[in-house]
Amino acid sequence: MAHKAAPAYDKLVFELSSPGRQGYALPANDVPGAADGVPAKYRRTIPAALPEVSEFDVVRHYSRLSRMNYGVDTHFYPLGSCTMKYNPKLNEDMARLPGFIALHPLAPDAASQGALTLMYELGRMLSEIAGMDAVSLQPAAGAQGELAGVLMIRAYHASRGEKRTKVLIPDSAHGTNPASTALAGYEVIEVKSTRDGEVEIDDLARHLDETVAAFMITVPNTLGNFEPRIIEITNLCHSKGVQVYMDGANLNAILGIARPGDLGFDVCHFNLHKTFTTPHGGGGPGAGPVGIKAHLEPFLPTPVVVKNGEVYALDWKRPKSIGKLQAFWGNFGMLVRAYTYIRTMGPDGLRAVSDNAVLNANYVMKRLEQDYDLAAPGPCMHECVVSARRQKKHGVTAMDIAKRLLDLGFYAPSTYFPLIVEEALMIEPTETESKQTLDAFCDAMIQIAREAERAPDLVHEAPVTTPVRRLDQTKAAREPDLKWTG
Amino acid sequence: MANVPADLRYTKDHEWAKPEGERYRVGITAYAQEQLGDVVFVELPKVGAKVTAKQSFGVVESVKAVSDLFAPLSGEIVEVNGELPGAPQVVNQDPYGQGWMIAIAPSKADEWKELLTAAQYEQFLTEGH
Amino acid sequence: MQRYLANTPAEQRAMLDTIGAPSIEALLARIPAKARLPRALDLPAAAAELELIREMRALAAANADVNGYACFLGGGSYDHFVPGVINHMILRGEFFTAYTPYQPEASQGTLRTIYEYQTMMAELTGMDVANASIYDGASSLAEAALMAAAVTGRSDVVLAAGVNPLYRRVTQTYCDGPRIKLRTVAAPDGTIDLDAARKLVDGTKTAALVIQTPNFYGCLEDIAAAAEIAHAAGALLVVAADPVNLGVLEAPGRLGADIVVGEGQGIGVPMSFGGPSLGVFAAKKALVRRMPGRLVGATVDLDGQRGFVLTLQTREQHIRRAKATSNICTNVALCALMATIYVATMGTQGLIEVGEQSAAKARYAADRLTSIPGVSLRFPAPFFKEFALKLPVSPDRVVGKLLKQRILAGVPLKRFDRALGDCLLVAVTEKRTRAEIDAFADALRKAVA
Repeated sequence: MAHKAAPAYDKLVFELSSPGRQGYALPANDVPGAADGVPAKYRRTIPAALPEVSEFDVVRHYSRLSRMNYGVDTHFYPLGSCTMKYNPKLNEDMARLPGFIALHPLAPDAASQGALTLMYELGRMLSEIAGMDAVSLQPAAGAQGELAGVLMIRAYHASRGEKRTKVLIPDSAHGTNPASTALAGYEVIEVKSTRDGEVEIDDLARHLDETVAAFMITVPNTLGNFEPRIIEITNLCHSKGVQVYMDGANLNAILGIARPGDLGFDVCHFNLHKTFTTPHGGGGPGAGPVGIKAHLEPFLPTPVVVKNGEVYALDWKRPKSIGKLQAFWGNFGMLVRAYTYIRTMGPDGLRAVSDNAVLNANYVMKRLEQDYDLAAPGPCMHECVVSARRQKKHGVTAMDIAKRLLDLGFYAPSTYFPLIVEEALMIEPTETESKQTLDAFCDAMIQIAREAERAPDLVHEAPVTTPVRRLDQTKAAREPDLKWTG
Repeated sequence: MANVPADLRYTKDHEWAKPEGERYRVGITAYAQEQLGDVVFVELPKVGAKVTAKQSFGVVESVKAVSDLFAPLSGEIVEVNGELPGAPQVVNQDPYGQGWMIAIAPSKADEWKELLTAAQYEQFLTEGH
Repeated sequence: MQRYLANTPAEQRAMLDTIGAPSIEALLARIPAKARLPRALDLPAAAAELELIREMRALAAANADVNGYACFLGGGSYDHFVPGVINHMILRGEFFTAYTPYQPEASQGTLRTIYEYQTMMAELTGMDVANASIYDGASSLAEAALMAAAVTGRSDVVLAAGVNPLYRRVTQTYCDGPRIKLRTVAAPDGTIDLDAARKLVDGTKTAALVIQTPNFYGCLEDIAAAAEIAHAAGALLVVAADPVNLGVLEAPGRLGADIVVGEGQGIGVPMSFGGPSLGVFAAKKALVRRMPGRLVGATVDLDGQRGFVLTLQTREQHIRRAKATSNICTNVALCALMATIYVATMGTQGLIEVGEQSAAKARYAADRLTSIPGVSLRFPAPFFKEFALKLPVSPDRVVGKLLKQRILAGVPLKRFDRALGDCLLVAVTEKRTRAEIDAFADALRKAVA
């Protein structure tokens, strides 16, 4: 008998609304006097049209919506460059301790010693992990860490009376690198990578002169490989007075193995939502602390957490500071989670993280090498990039493969990145996935490669098991419908 | 092979220009719109703006790509295609006709001669650009 | 074996055999010896779950949180009530452990909640479109300044002195690279000096006039008057507003705002020592292609069924790179989800009640506190839920004394403005009780006596 699946849930919370239904209960106002303190000229004239639903409406609606998502808790999520590892539940409990979650940012220093201690210690731990002299915890995400780092470099050059106007960035870089650099007021110059995603040192050397402020590079690079001549590169940059910035998106590969500071980097940012297990939350929040060498310390964002004897304080007297990045001190809730994680793992545990991340990525790479073209020869570090150029000859693209994976019960790798690889599929398994999961994923990838040859329509049709099928992106962009209008 | 009308001239950035009396009509080629995919947005200058040959005069976007539009000729914008904001799809449907973008009153008439002929542009495309 | 790692030594061995490598060390061969860390990281040894819980509880207990203290602190973060249902819903792993919805077919849950969020924020602010979130109120304001400069092709931004000084500092950081000049209009009576603003807003240079309402001092600004000044000069009006107040206060969009930004922490996001919070960003439709951040749009799938996608992505860094409207990538989607569930739970009436109670309790508190000899309101302008008090003794000393009585008395303004060294900024939300306010007044009376 043919079995027809139940139709997918298709409600918005506004469509559940029933006038007069209520989902909250507040205590009655217990102070005398009405709210006549607010003059009429400031008052809202038409009540906001918001949903009127019961608490249970809310619970069922958002429970049902959640089931229309794949997440790390439910699905293997090999999104390259994003380090979609397990997010420990203990972190959540710790971040919700009342002393952390219900703490006001402008509480006096004497009333927030526990929070300041945690920030101070986390800064020290991240400095040790990256081989840096100081860390600012303030940036809200990686891109803001980049902005902070590049602004500190700018302030450093300015303090020495140097006018440098350009920043060099490889063509394989994340989009935030050029965007953050341009926002910091620099001209972005793209330098070429080799086919394996490594820096073309001759091309780099040609560009290095007294107009260049910084070279910004991801290590391991976006093809998942460690740059073998990295120390030569940072030395070359320094010999021309150029600062070197490391995008730390791929730090999960080198914990306890190599440290950006030891490699010669002046600045690097951390993505706590990647390497340090804070949850990705459907797109954020993240946290993007930035580590620096001592010569950049005067320029750190304000305030800086300092320790005076046994007392911790926020130090605002930083006349050379680049300023502030967010109103308060950083995404503190994420800092609690990262601190919890680092304390859970310890030095040996963190080293084992990278060992296993590298092992898992190489295992996937090996298992796929017969059926997909590798973007670069192995061994890789924590992620591998394969190309669907062979499948494309049968009309099956990287996007088609991504969609078919959804039907087979896996989220998709990053697609079409890095830009220097045709039909790129960037796979980052992370250390928290087991061999069994990786085998199931590789089996699915190999199955799709066979389907691309024998039954490409099956791949083109995908996905068919998801709540919706492929969506009309063109319509969405031509006729933007960005809010519900009833 | 994409359609390359013989009576137009072309740039290496895939714009075309067509003489119409004292002015030139400008758009993007059939090849360009194929490469972009479904055009979703076109940003054009205002009438009266000055443009310089080989400099950007606007932007054309598909869902996942953006291309600058480069002026084939220097001069003043005397007309823009007011239909495009509401119907960007005509750039895909009729790139040499209803999908035109701007009309330029040229300030340097000699620049026309520097543009590629249809034969040269076809050659340029077969070389794999 | 570490509990967050998956593979046993036997499984590792089997994987290495498949790879054809003798050891994990062999896979690291590309890293030159001189690049290797020759020792273990110098970090505290791993702590077992129970040990760590004890350690973390001790750290947390060293803080004065609002469960054990009556909180009258504001200045950009507010102790509003967060219904318990929010935490339960956001902890569903399908929301919590997903990332940016790059594969829309497997991310409809996140995409739908963002679309709901955009709708709610557009409605509350009275604007046409809202984005999927920016980091916080301050960085939203900074992005608005950048956007106004890009839209108008002008280089100056005029800010009212009442705009939160922390926001102004962030905006300065963001405007440094693009060389946007910030100018400040004084607020001698607590609100923007409109005559001074008229002189400072320039018809050729000013990209935007920026006000916040209620402003940092708690005072209500005249949005319509500011809009008139901005628009007469061809500049945009940027309004920073707190959405939790907008059940009661007029939507800035109806009074002429072109861009509305704000800190959304008050609508369902815990204070968490200042972050993560929620940057709200909304604008007029004509400006949508210059907006920073992600946008979710409705569309249809192959079968014609309604579905949602990230759209207008060509504005963003992953496509436009150095020319993107903003460098933002990761945003604060989960905080936006908290806000969405908050607004759904509270509804029209709930937000009105939160606003009315906050305003009424603030009024009551101001009356009680200013009945103390030597204590007065610093500014004559009408306020909403927050006000600056002038004290006869050092505000820092008062704060220290009241802390011992489990009262977080307010924010001394000395750090933000030396001219206000004798002032304390006091915020009152719907959570405060009459008993707490009375106890605060009694304690203050003794402290200043």
